[in-house]
Amino acid sequence: MTTKHITRKATRHISQNEGLIFEKSSPGKAAWKLPPLDVPDVDTATLLGRQERKDLGDMPEVSEIEIIRHFTRLSTWNYAIDLGMYPLGSCTMKYNPRVNEFVSRIEGLANGHPYQAEKISQGALRIMKTLSDCLLEITGMDAITLQPAAGAHGELTGMLMVRAYHESTGNARKKILIPDSAHGTNPATAATVGYAVENLKSNGRGMVDVAALAAQMNEDVAALMVTNPNTLGVFEQEIHKIAELMHAKGGLLYMDGANMNALVAKARPGDFGVDVMHLNLHKTFSTPHGGGGPGSGPVAVKKNLAPFLPAPVVTTKADGTLGFEYNRPQSVGRVRAFYGNFGMFIRALAYIFANGPDGLRQTTEDAVLNANYIRKGLEGVYDLPYSTPSMHEVVFSDKLQSKKGVKTMDIAKRLIDYGFHPYTTAFPLIVAGALMIEPTESEPKEELDLFIEAMKSIAEEVEEDPQFVLDAPHNTRISRLDETAAARKPVLRWKPENV
Amino acid sequence: MRYLPKSPADRAAMLQAIGIHSVDDLFSPIPAECRLTRDLAIPQQMAESEIVDWFKQRAKENGEGYTSFLGAGAYSHYRPVVIDALVQRGEFLTSYTPYQAEFAQGTLQAIFEFQTMISELTGMDLANASMYDGSTGAAEAVMMAVRITGRHSGVIARSLHPEYRDVLNTYATHQAIPLRMVSFTDSGQVALKELETAVGDDTACVLIQSPNFFGTIEDVEAIAEIAHKRGALLIVSIAEAASLGIVEPPRTADIVAMEAQSFGVPLGFGGPYCGVLATKEKFVRQMPGRLVGQTVDKNGKRGFVLTLATREQHIRREKATSNICTNQALVALMVNIFMTVYGKIGLRELAKQNLAKAVYAADQFSKHAKVLFAGAPRFNEFVVETSEDPYAINSRLLGHKIVGGFPLKKFYPELGHAALWCCTELTTRSMIDTAVGLVAESERSVQTMKEVEQEVVR
Amino acid sequence: MSYPSDRRYTKEHEWITADGTIGITDHAQDSLGDIVFVELPKVGTEIATAKPFGTVESVKAVSDLFAPVSGTVTSVNEDLATAPETVNKDAHGAWMVKIKVKDPSELNALLSAADYEKFVSEEAAH
Repeated sequence: MTTKHITRKATRHISQNEGLIFEKSSPGKAAWKLPPLDVPDVDTATLLGRQERKDLGDMPEVSEIEIIRHFTRLSTWNYAIDLGMYPLGSCTMKYNPRVNEFVSRIEGLANGHPYQAEKISQGALRIMKTLSDCLLEITGMDAITLQPAAGAHGELTGMLMVRAYHESTGNARKKILIPDSAHGTNPATAATVGYAVENLKSNGRGMVDVAALAAQMNEDVAALMVTNPNTLGVFEQEIHKIAELMHAKGGLLYMDGANMNALVAKARPGDFGVDVMHLNLHKTFSTPHGGGGPGSGPVAVKKNLAPFLPAPVVTTKADGTLGFEYNRPQSVGRVRAFYGNFGMFIRALAYIFANGPDGLRQTTEDAVLNANYIRKGLEGVYDLPYSTPSMHEVVFSDKLQSKKGVKTMDIAKRLIDYGFHPYTTAFPLIVAGALMIEPTESEPKEELDLFIEAMKSIAEEVEEDPQFVLDAPHNTRISRLDETAAARKPVLRWKPENV
Repeated sequence: MRYLPKSPADRAAMLQAIGIHSVDDLFSPIPAECRLTRDLAIPQQMAESEIVDWFKQRAKENGEGYTSFLGAGAYSHYRPVVIDALVQRGEFLTSYTPYQAEFAQGTLQAIFEFQTMISELTGMDLANASMYDGSTGAAEAVMMAVRITGRHSGVIARSLHPEYRDVLNTYATHQAIPLRMVSFTDSGQVALKELETAVGDDTACVLIQSPNFFGTIEDVEAIAEIAHKRGALLIVSIAEAASLGIVEPPRTADIVAMEAQSFGVPLGFGGPYCGVLATKEKFVRQMPGRLVGQTVDKNGKRGFVLTLATREQHIRREKATSNICTNQALVALMVNIFMTVYGKIGLRELAKQNLAKAVYAADQFSKHAKVLFAGAPRFNEFVVETSEDPYAINSRLLGHKIVGGFPLKKFYPELGHAALWCCTELTTRSMIDTAVGLVAESERSVQTMKEVEQEVVR
Repeated sequence: MSYPSDRRYTKEHEWITADGTIGITDHAQDSLGDIVFVELPKVGTEIATAKPFGTVESVKAVSDLFAPVSGTVTSVNEDLATAPETVNKDAHGAWMVKIKVKDPSELNALLSAADYEKFVSEEAAH
């Protein structure tokens, strides 16, 4: 068996076993201590009567050192950007700068209450205003809301605004066009807002088929949702024409900003006809993914859609101070309590400050350079279904390897043994057996070389011993898990009797 | 740029390997008329020290050093230091959604423990891996009830957090779910008679909050009976999670939509927070959001995976239970660590301190002003009605570096000069006495003014 | 795989017997993989030709069940709720719903076992 490169990136090492926290619990252990009560004690039974809770059931009782060890041990079972490359396509797993974490925890910012008086909220408002201004300049749009809590939530907000805009003209319209290469959230969002979804086929180059669009576009279509560059990492070269086609029949152009990392400081959606778009601060602007969130999904729009932004919006008052404007009669309403994931605004703004205009441009250039370097390195080894130039990500397929019965997910699992997180598998849907690779700008040349070597080595393994790849991963704490059993008889919580 | 790991020589070598001369060639797919040829007009690159200074300056303008009586959906509780020590470990902070279970077991097991503790605390069978926040969680719960019952309208308590109601309105409008509002009685609780008539055969759910927006604990059982009698589900929203330490959980509810911010999540000017949905086992397939389940690997070893993924957008697309994609994993981890630190006994003691502080404060206020909604049990919030506009009182309190209660006029015009005050374990007796003193002073001066006016009239 | 000739088939991979018993074909269960959940309508539900009446889920996919003909559900296979794997083991035995067929002549428009087998092999050739 060839494992010639495997030790260059990863080596097996001891990791600690650790049970569930409930299995460590025993009565009398504690990790907490409250200060003495400085007001009279109360009789809870009298105060609460039958509403009093007497027992908290199976909640744990453990000491502080056990908590530290418990979560530290768990943490060592995770892969992370801090450990190495995370080539997940369309996820933009870039470095999460530590200064972002530091500034978000400064007292006054971390402890600010959302309802404290505007007079003592000027700092928070200034952060929101500055971030808004920066994002508007980066996208070339006119107005923005920071309220949505994540990308999909931003999409929802954007589509609500599309609907409100059409309703204000007297016709809400009926459907949304979505290219077949789109992310699953796009159709889910359109449906949530009450629109029918109509699929739009891609052309042979992996782009929106403009002729098909012209044929499908009519007065029933409220908007087209595009991702640009799309999920193949391909820039929609006819984006101007697409925008014209939409606008000519009164439709709007929505852009999913998932792939903005290919465009920042190089091209602005507002300059190529986009009417409304969302950004993912946790992708393009370096806020941490944290194992699945929190995200933040600002939505930027052109002037004609500005009246429909969720309330409140940040405004500059006559005296020069900042405040929240609630009186917005055409607003789609609120999409979240308070003002959004403020902690993420701080982090994203710190990232923009650290970069400046030249840093952001270099970032985008490096992201695109890295993707093309990988493409060059793996061309011929893996099938490239679309030869159209790549921007920040490249999509291969498992066509060559599947002849040996090895699918993209198997290759991905084997990549784990080499010390890398897998790329995105089986997406976009228009590529059968897709391997979607986005390195981001954060990878040094050495890491990219190791990745290319690992992928080549796996391709060789597929030829020599496909079963070995099918059984991967071999070096992890646990092997492939029985997902069927998990779904047939879901066990979603610990119970004492499960032991 | 200090985050970029390449030397000019690296870049040159990579361009050569690709077979091009300049990085500009890589951007040629973007039509020239779409390209930006100038610098972005944003602040120039800053050093780390400059960034820190800038944000410290903003913190100074943002109520740094103030203590507060604000609650109303965002609560100030002590955060044990182990929380930040652990959540800042790169393996948690910088990992992705745990789709690749083999080396994301840390996140997965932590979520499984989170789901367990939330189920235990809420009195439900199971809980999801988190939602954006309490407001969106409540809206998702209503849509879930619509799917389960096949009915198309909702009945909402007016004592539900007003901003949660706003969010729900936004969602419901486009799902064509009419919402009927039920008001509150003099005790601050849901008006049961009105509720009886509001719930009909097309009611998918009744949505209440307990403790409600006024801090009053609802009679959940009585409300459940009314809802269930007509075949509607009961959704209970919990905005102050700390109440679960001492207030009986809503076991008769069908769905609990909780905001878990109180458990170790910084106030952070409103976010990120941590919503959670918990429900009965029979409704699990209609619940949105990620779920972690226990299973075994091929050697029989226990492990955890994301499960029941077919409910989600990436598989069902336009037929998904929700378009929700991310959860709040890192914030849920904070909540998880907080619950673990306090545990079975600590959460109760913590809740008891909150209760004691609020009882003391309400007693003191009641000596000088009117404490509304007496007659029903409360947790750590209460409503004080003053003669003077609470905004005026609050602005004097600011001089003592104290942020006063939340004036209710904005959301409940009929409550006039009432404000919602919150006490937690962090509220000190001296803070309470200062605030009460100022309110007493205000009442005295209003009284004197009245007397003077009466003199003049005479 | 042999398809029983005592029933009719659809291009959406369902089978139906003359008395209105409906299930999915062995080919369907095979392409879905391990089935983890089957969602079926309640007794009394009206189902309409070619319209979805339920879903079958595997770990990573959801498929609609389409009604071969119109009718009213008279019985539902409750066992599938706890043992969805039966569909994988014996697709032609593990029925899903029984319906009272509205118009028996509709059955004639469906595929015979031989036609269905031919359809499946042609589909595979694509």
